[in-house]
Amino acid sequence: MNTTTSYAPRSRFFSIPALETVAAWLLAIIWIFPLLYAFWAAFHPSEFMVNFALFAPLTLENFTNAWSQAPFTRYYLNTFALVTGVVIGQFVICTLAAFAFARFPIPGKNVLFMLVLIQLFVFPEVLIVENYRIASELGLINTITGIGLPYVASALGIFLLRQTFKTIPRELEDAARIEGCNWLEILWKVYVPLAKPTYLAYGLASISHHWNNFIWPLVVTNSVESRPLTVGLGVFSAPETGVNWATVSAATLLSIAPLLIAFLLFQRQFVQSFLRAGIR
Amino acid sequence: MSFTNHRKMQLYGALLLLPAAVLLTTFAYLPTVTTVINSLFLPGFRGAPTEFVGLENYQVLFDDPTFWKVARNNLIYAVGTIPTSIALALGMALFVNGKLRGRGFVRMAYFTPTILPMIAAANIWMFFYAPQIGLFNKLLGMLGFSGVNWLGDPNLALSSVIVMSVWKEAGFFMIFYLAALQSMPPELKEAADLEGTSRWSFFWRVTFPLLMPTTLFVLINALINSVRVVDHLFILTKGGPNNATNLLLYYVYENAFSFFDRTTAATITVVILLVLAVVATLKFTILDRRTHYQ
Repeated sequence: MNTTTSYAPRSRFFSIPALETVAAWLLAIIWIFPLLYAFWAAFHPSEFMVNFALFAPLTLENFTNAWSQAPFTRYYLNTFALVTGVVIGQFVICTLAAFAFARFPIPGKNVLFMLVLIQLFVFPEVLIVENYRIASELGLINTITGIGLPYVASALGIFLLRQTFKTIPRELEDAARIEGCNWLEILWKVYVPLAKPTYLAYGLASISHHWNNFIWPLVVTNSVESRPLTVGLGVFSAPETGVNWATVSAATLLSIAPLLIAFLLFQRQFVQSFLRAGIR
Repeated sequence: MSFTNHRKMQLYGALLLLPAAVLLTTFAYLPTVTTVINSLFLPGFRGAPTEFVGLENYQVLFDDPTFWKVARNNLIYAVGTIPTSIALALGMALFVNGKLRGRGFVRMAYFTPTILPMIAAANIWMFFYAPQIGLFNKLLGMLGFSGVNWLGDPNLALSSVIVMSVWKEAGFFMIFYLAALQSMPPELKEAADLEGTSRWSFFWRVTFPLLMPTTLFVLINALINSVRVVDHLFILTKGGPNNATNLLLYYVYENAFSFFDRTTAATITVVILLVLAVVATLKFTILDRRTHYQ
């Protein structure tokens, strides 16, 4: 901090970063505030949401209310099943396709690859009407498979894995072949282990995307049995249901808690994964 | 010998590709084709296309003032969210790229909204915007102003939605700027310091131009998001009041699942697909030629 005016040039030099620090912190506080507020609201009796008093008595009542008013256990299980299923499906399907694009001579390969890349822009949710029709013809309405299947052949996954596979030296593949490995064994023993960082990055980005996805799961599900957390939360907190704000805050925290905790624990990996998955 | 081997490889590769091809056809190519077809036909029983009418559905859509309102909303939404969130993202990245007390916390604070589901974010913001008890009106009241109906006033609702979207997206874009800043050679800064270049002119003459590829990349993503993300509308406004916050994809959803008008939904979807095609062309031609990542 500058206290005197006699060091004018120096103080100017130092005061800019100080001002910047203040600005950075101010912005950070504004950015984290909504979440902190939701935290605060969830742990205090609902009347204090309106008459904000920082040291109002703490309570867990909002959580018990939320928990009893909606089948959150079911929603959790559904979301876990959905996210696990989608990620496993994506890993398998995208690995196979990426391997083909990286190492096999396929007629019209470049055109096919461009066709795959179209899906980077044409997401299942944009084609929501026709995808709904197809899902219903396949008998997938109101099933977790129905929520996840349209995302399994992910262009992003194929693209990222193909890029990674292409950087793996052929010598390793040849060595494995000399040892008598067939193609699938080569894929499993050489390519997959070497692409671990890509799987981790893509997997984390995919988990967070599907944990948070809303519109397609909303359309394709119509009962508690298959609804994931986001849809459950959306139904729960719709203004017309008349649930009070403190309970909504508690329910919101319940829905985001696992992902948020995972993020706080593995922040670096999450940030890296968004970066890796984003740059395409 | 080698010829049959080559054929074998081709077959094997095709088999590896098959599962992805089947799924992509089912949930991407086929629905795209049927959407286009549906937009050229009149609807019949259970929405099945009956009579070929060419571009008539488009004529009807373009004569509908609601469509133009929604399209205009989407344009305003894009113009309102994209430059603001990109500018904020760049500012955030510059902040946390430098030496800063509590940098880890600041970075986390900026990025956390990215991790939240849009629906959860909207739940939280819904309370801020609530007319009687909402935080924003409380603050206005403390300053002696009368409160406004943030989401209920047609003149304010879209701006309110935009503010929340900017909050949600800026931290995501920050990550890309931060990565780009960290890959910039430190020699540039050292050389500039030796020459006594001010921070301001260093930013505008060196940093900003070098970040151009990142800006273009972020811009493409932001453009896609502006036609794709509609989750918050379900909580905040349901497209209202009087369509003031209705966006293209939400309008598709409404037409298909509330009004059961699949033809109109298909026609609007084609419009969205055309927008996405323009964005994709932009990316694959301009962007890939001019930028080099890594």
